[in-house]
Amino acid sequence: MAEYEQVADWIRRFAADVAERKGELTRLDQAIGDGDHGTNMDRGLRKAVEKLDAVEGNDIGAALKAVGMALVSSVGGAGGPLYGTFFLQAGQAAAGHSELDTEGFASMVRAGVDGVQARGKAEPEDKTMIDALLPAAAALEQGGDLADAAARAADAAEEGMRATIPLVARKGRASYLGERSRGHQDPGATSSALMMRAAAQAFADPS
Amino acid sequence: MKKLINATDDVVRESLEGVEAAHGDRVRVSYDPAFVVRADAPVQGKVGVISGGGSGHEPMHGGFVGPGMLDAACPGEVFTSPTPDQMLEATKAVNGGAGVLHIVKNYTGDVLNFEMAADLAKGEGIDVTAVVTNDDVAVQDSLYTAGRRGVGVTVLLEKIVGAAAEEGKSLAEVTEIANRVNAEGRSMGMALTSCIVPAAGEPTFQLGDNEMEIGIGIHGEPGRERMPLEPADQITERLAAAVVDDLPYREGDQVLAFVNGMGGTPLIELYIVYRALKRFLDGRGITIARNLIGPYITSLEMAGTSITLLRLDDELTRLWDAPVNTPGLRWGV
Repeated sequence: MAEYEQVADWIRRFAADVAERKGELTRLDQAIGDGDHGTNMDRGLRKAVEKLDAVEGNDIGAALKAVGMALVSSVGGAGGPLYGTFFLQAGQAAAGHSELDTEGFASMVRAGVDGVQARGKAEPEDKTMIDALLPAAAALEQGGDLADAAARAADAAEEGMRATIPLVARKGRASYLGERSRGHQDPGATSSALMMRAAAQAFADPS
Repeated sequence: MKKLINATDDVVRESLEGVEAAHGDRVRVSYDPAFVVRADAPVQGKVGVISGGGSGHEPMHGGFVGPGMLDAACPGEVFTSPTPDQMLEATKAVNGGAGVLHIVKNYTGDVLNFEMAADLAKGEGIDVTAVVTNDDVAVQDSLYTAGRRGVGVTVLLEKIVGAAAEEGKSLAEVTEIANRVNAEGRSMGMALTSCIVPAAGEPTFQLGDNEMEIGIGIHGEPGRERMPLEPADQITERLAAAVVDDLPYREGDQVLAFVNGMGGTPLIELYIVYRALKRFLDGRGITIARNLIGPYITSLEMAGTSITLLRLDDELTRLWDAPVNTPGLRWGV
């Protein structure tokens, strides 16, 4: 089980990890994109944490919706609508809940990933954040204790992230590079893996 | 990095404050969320026309707000798409009851943010259509990429579509004209030097003293090839041939020829390019019926040029000639 505070802690950890590794995200994006992913995600997640801190009550859905709206209105680029949609859809799936079991978290993540796919129209192996998120969603759906499931999901996301290295990008600005995008890790898959690792850490620590 | 700025974080906002100070008679500026809007918006019964995109391409888009062109423009951070809340508020501010057209350049971020804004606006009962410009022939059009980039045609489209809306055409008619302009236009650019994004502080790419990048994007994205520098006539011929052969433009066509400066190239050089372009098109039996020469869709301080051709018919020519009164384009008023 994850309480409201652990879910909030997930977002704060994600924001802190992105802030710490923003240079790395930007370098990955400079190689195959336009070099703003780290800066944009850091700006958006700072705003998201501010909004999260202002949420009253313990409705996980309301908290994630606030995070989603903050990301939509402050990230810019493709990351804003994609991460924003993830949290808006996840929030809708968790509406009214003050705690989550494995099944609840799994269906929330699945709703988020479905939203990202509907917005960005990316398929597996297009070299996008979907390559980290889909395996994570599948890992969560195997069930079990939430801390274990979240840890497996983070491992799966990181594996998916590393598996983007040899892929040729078919979506986003990296797709213009064609073969030249091979050999680089996708920055969106990297930030998505950070997001899933943050969840594993937040749900592992008893609050 | 040497730039006329105060602080990298303040570049977009302070520039907007300058726009407001200079052109407050024609435009209003909203800062949160950020957009530039016609002072007399919304014009009742007129289709609203808005655009937006990353900053750093001035005068596009904010400089094209005013009667006869855009009703509003949403500036993002430098080279970063604006966000749906900006586009939604701009859409509401220009909605005079006849619906709103979104003019979007084909970059994944711009497309996704405008799609989300359109969904939100429709949820509030506003009719919204969109045209996505994708005229850059440097990019191979393929199912396996995000498609061609939107570049120079965007400027011509904003002028022509703005005139159509000003005439009182319906949202469906304005959208059809927008799609026609995009279909009839093609562009290609080249760079002599890189741009420097203020927040990055260093050149986006490195070019040797004797090198140029053919097919450059307006954010410094790589093009078709990097090659040794050539005289202006040969560079122009390379760009013009790629553009003409793509649509293709044929003998007897009447075109609008647009020679654009990337930001760091002076007009004296752009006219040398225009001279070569005129000769090239004469040789192909293509007539330049209208022209536009100058820095209108720029890439910060990048030196270079792009060539855009738009095949004209009587209606597009008439709409191009119609009065326009914006900070960036002004005639007939």
